[in-house]
Parts: sequence; C-alpha cells; structure tokens
Amino acid sequence: MWVAIGSLTLMGLALGALLGVAARYLAVEENPIEAELQSMLPGSQCGQCGYVGCAQAAAALARHEAPVTLCPPGGRALAEALAARLGVKADLSQVVDDGPKLAQVSEDICIGCCRCIKVCPTDAVIGAPKQIHNVIRDACTGCGACIERCPTEAMALVPVPVTLQHWIWPKPAIA
Amino acid sequence: MGLIDRLFKDPAWGVHPDDHKRPAADQPLRVLPPPARLYMPLQQHVGGAARPVVQVGEKVLKGQLLAAAQGNISAPVHSPVSGQVVAIGEVTAPHPSGLGFTAITLESDFAERWIDADAVADPFSLAPEEITRRTAAAGVVGLGGATFPSAVKFVLGQRLKVATLIVNGGECEPYLSSDDRLMRDRASEVVDGARIVMHAIGATQVLVGIENNKPEAIAAMQLAAAPFAEVNICPVPARYPMGSDKQLIQTLTGREVPADARAAEVGVLVHNVSTCAAVHQAVRLGRPLVERIVTVNGGAVREPGNVFAPLGTLVDELLAFCGLHEAPSRLILGGPMMGSPLAHGKIPLVKGASGILAFDAREATIPPAGPCIRCGSCTRACPMGLLPLEMAARIRHDKFDEAAALMLGDCISCGCCAWVCPSHIPLVQYFSHAKGELSARERTRLRNDASRRLAEARVLRLEREAREKAEAALRRKAERAAAKAAAERQETPGETV
Repeated sequence: MWVAIGSLTLMGLALGALLGVAARYLAVEENPIEAELQSMLPGSQCGQCGYVGCAQAAAALARHEAPVTLCPPGGRALAEALAARLGVKADLSQVVDDGPKLAQVSEDICIGCCRCIKVCPTDAVIGAPKQIHNVIRDACTGCGACIERCPTEAMALVPVPVTLQHWIWPKPAIA
Repeated sequence: MGLIDRLFKDPAWGVHPDDHKRPAADQPLRVLPPPARLYMPLQQHVGGAARPVVQVGEKVLKGQLLAAAQGNISAPVHSPVSGQVVAIGEVTAPHPSGLGFTAITLESDFAERWIDADAVADPFSLAPEEITRRTAAAGVVGLGGATFPSAVKFVLGQRLKVATLIVNGGECEPYLSSDDRLMRDRASEVVDGARIVMHAIGATQVLVGIENNKPEAIAAMQLAAAPFAEVNICPVPARYPMGSDKQLIQTLTGREVPADARAAEVGVLVHNVSTCAAVHQAVRLGRPLVERIVTVNGGAVREPGNVFAPLGTLVDELLAFCGLHEAPSRLILGGPMMGSPLAHGKIPLVKGASGILAFDAREATIPPAGPCIRCGSCTRACPMGLLPLEMAARIRHDKFDEAAALMLGDCISCGCCAWVCPSHIPLVQYFSHAKGELSARERTRLRNDASRRLAEARVLRLEREAREKAEAALRRKAERAAAKAAAERQETPGETV
C-alpha cells in the first residue's frame, strides 16, 4: 500500500512541477479568447463602446472588465452571443435595441466638405468636394461617427423602416 | 373505407377539422365584373419586387406588362383590365403586419380589350426552355399560396432531372374550394397545363393528388385525363395538411423529403392545379396571369361561393359582390389554418389569394390560452414529427437557438398543433415569432461580417494611399533632383562659353 501511495505522490509532484514550469516558460502572452471575441465584434472600429477599437474592446471583454452589452451596433444578438461565449449571465434588459439605424444626408444642408467621408469606418459615404454627399445604405453600420463630424448638421441617424420582409410576428402575450 | 385501409393508409399525422367547404364549393362559378379601380401590387411573389414599366396616365390593355421581373427570383405583373394607370403608390399589403407595399392603381374602362395574344397551337413542339420563358413572361407563380415563381421551379426540375410531376389538388384547408371548382369546371385546362409542365421539366409521369372529399373534382379530372396514359389521378385521404408538398409527396410516392432539402432532390416537383391551369393559359393561349378563382366564404357572407375575379380587386368589392349578413368579425386571406389576418377590406387581391374568409363573431372567437398541460396532442398532430410543446416552452424564454436545435426550421406553420391544443396555446405564433427573430439575427450577423470586410478594406486602402503618396513624393523628389542636375549641367557649359 505504501508503495502505491508513494509512487502516486511522486508522480503527482513530478507532473505538478512539470506543469508549473510549463506555465512559466510556455505562457501565451495574449488571451486566446481575445481573437475569437474580436472576430465576433463588428470590426468597424467605431468607438461607441468607449474603447479605441474593436481589438481593445475584445481585450477588455476577455479580462471581464467590460460588460457584454458594450457594443451598440451589435445589438441584443451580439450581447447574447458574447455572454454565451464568456459564460456570464448578462442583464439584457438594459440593451436598448431600438432597431437598426442608418446615416442619411439632408441634401439641402450638405455643403460637400468631405469631412464625413474621411471618418467613415466602412467607406459608406460617397461624394466629392462641393458635391452633395450620399450614404450607401448597404455599407453604413449606423455608428454615428459622421454625425459628430458634420459641420452643418446635415447628417442624421434615421431608423431603418420595417418592411414586409423584415417584420417579425410579435411574441404571444403570456396569459 | 375498410379497417385495413384505416390502419395502413390513413396517415398518422395531421388533423381532421370540419371542412366547411360546402355549400360554397357546390355553387356555380360566378364572374366578377371588372371594378372601377384596381390596385396591382408589384410584389405578389417570393423574391424581388417587379419594376414598373408604365407611366402614370398611360393607357393599358388587359394583359399588358405593368412591371417587369427584377432579379433571378421574381415575376412580372400584368394589367388585369384595360384602362389607364392613375397612380403608383403605397397600399396595405395582405400581410399580418398591416404594413404597406407599392402597387399600381388602374382605372378600368370596362372595355376588357386584351393585348394581341401570342398563342401556340402545339406547345409540345416548343423546347422546354421556350415554355419556361413564356411561363416566366406571363408572371405565373405558385397559386397554392406559396407564390414561388413557377419558371424558376421548371429550371430546377430540368437541372435535377425530375421524373415525376405531382399536381397538388389537395386543397386541405377548410372553407376553401377554389381548386375544387377549377378542377370541376376546367379539368381539361388543368390536365393540359400539367402535361405542358411535364414537358417543360422533362418528367415522364404526372400524379394528380386530390383529397377524397372532392368526388366531383376527381370524376371530372379522371374524365379529362382519360386520353393521356401518363396522367394519373390519385385520390388521397382527406387529412389536413395533405396539400402541403412534403406530405403529399410522402403519401403519393412514399418518399420523404429530407430536412433542408427541396422536393426536386427526391425526384419530384409539385405544382398546384391552379398553377397548371395558369401555365395552360400562358403557353397555349398566350395570356398572362391576371385573373383567378377566389373562394369567398365564412359565416358573415350571404352567398358564399367561388368568384372568378381580376387580380388587384379590393377585398371589400369581392365581399360586396357576394353580400354580407353582418360586418365581418375577422377577415382572412387564404385558409383559416394558414391564412393571413387582414386589418381591413381595402386590400387588393394578389396572385396567391385562394380565398377570402369573412368570419362572423362565433367563428372569430379565440378562446383564452391556458397553461400547457403536456398532454402531447401537438406532438401526435405535427405532420413534420416535431415537438411543438418543447419548442414553444423554449421560445417563451427567448431561447431561440435551443428551439432551432429542436428543428424549428422544419416547421411548416400548418397550425395542426395549435388546432388540437386543449389549452388553446397559440403555438404557431410562437414559432413564427422565433423564425422571424432567428432570421433577423442571421441578417445582423451577415451585416456585421460585411461591415468588418469593409472596415478591413478601408484600412488597406488607407495604407495603400499612404504608400502611394510616399512613393509619388520620392519620385517627384528624384525628378526634381534630376531636373536640377540637368539644369546645372546645361548652365555650366554656358558659363564656360
């Protein structure tokens, strides 16, 4: 019996030491979950979460410093996906997901200054100097970067109207 | 039907609601005179909306093209009357949301002047591609309610070398009898259309499935199909949802369509009887799809029956034609099991509208929903072999992914589960809600992927521009240096002279 106890103890100590050494010398610098989280984020680097870009937001998420509800463009779906990946329970009641929004140019106010074009993270604004600009709806993420940049307040975020193709049956009221 | 038949032939799935088809089905077909104003929607089919090709104020003939198909899956729209285009604008869509969609408003001149028809004496001498082209140009879509462009299905059938064409005369929805009426009155058109479709997809036989609660239609179709050995009339048990393609295929051929697969992949293609009649009209007579048979039925209707009406007619005009006992408590487009509730009657008739139901107060009563008692009735009724109670329990807690894992995607929204539920739980509404949420998430995910690609492309663009700018600056500098050196060299000899 003593042989068995002794050999198992020895094995445990040896393997434990090996693991300790490995943890020290083979340590991975980056949290491996970071890259995965970053690929889940929209990647438009819009900065609405308060971090410089999506990579920094992903790092903060991986360190559990940021709430999973941090990304407004991702909405409720992303918050749920992040919560599932990180294994945390998220309070989704705080997520204001009032539907997608897109930037729109008021054509009578736009002066064609090109400033919005430079800040758009997805190159969704088209135009040339002294020409009225326009937004490519399919490319706009509704991040709002152009709104703050516009000197004449010609840019506004407008909700995407619900169409027949996007309408969803309401959930039955629970009796 | 004997005991053996009942044991072995009656399907184990589905439900058998009181069909309410008679007396409306036995009334002779009435023809609605063209109304003064019609509203022809641009989207009456699955796929891209049609693009208007007429101007406001333009005079049009009956059957003239109003809007052309746009995209791979789309269908054109033709004028249901001769008259004038008076507006292109928004009308309420026949959709549970009550949202609007674009329609072309026409004013009828009551002359009923058709365009010059490009009739074909012998459609079987045409190439299958030509039949497909003519069907597409006539705007024929699946008239059973799915409204999928028929020509697209022909191409699919040709590509997958489908051997059997199934013609769906099931019409299993209670109250509806438009297909029944069509088969009784125009059986030869249906059979001819089915043979044209068979030729177009390269199939070798036609199986016409008709529920055995329509003996007159079966007799009429058997008479019309007698000269053609390849057309077989197959009575099937009356069981809801027999008119669903997967159930009909299984009953007629014994083959089960796998999840995530189409009927064509098990070697059959299903077309509705009305679609076949529309193909006959389109190919043999050169007439586009502008009219259809609609069942007007329900407790509030004074003279229920079937009406041959131009598309674009307002529901109110159809109801006025048939008369009303009382203001309807609920209006439904389609059947009571799967149809769309309509908010009001100012909604135009579309290609997929097989019936308009005006329910009286008694028929429209919805009993209050109680808690699930886990009796399992819904599981036995489900024709797709799903677990409705389990899926609904998950959807109640917004666990859509878990519901999807229980194969929510296979649900055909037939309503059997909600119909048998002793607690009157609106199960189908749960499933429709979850399907909508799941597809909205999928759209968001695709959109996020697309914007990530755009953002990455922008970073690359900025890098490239900076590099190009630096290179251009270097090149200019080099050019300037070279020019300066050349100038110095030129100046130097000048000085020496």
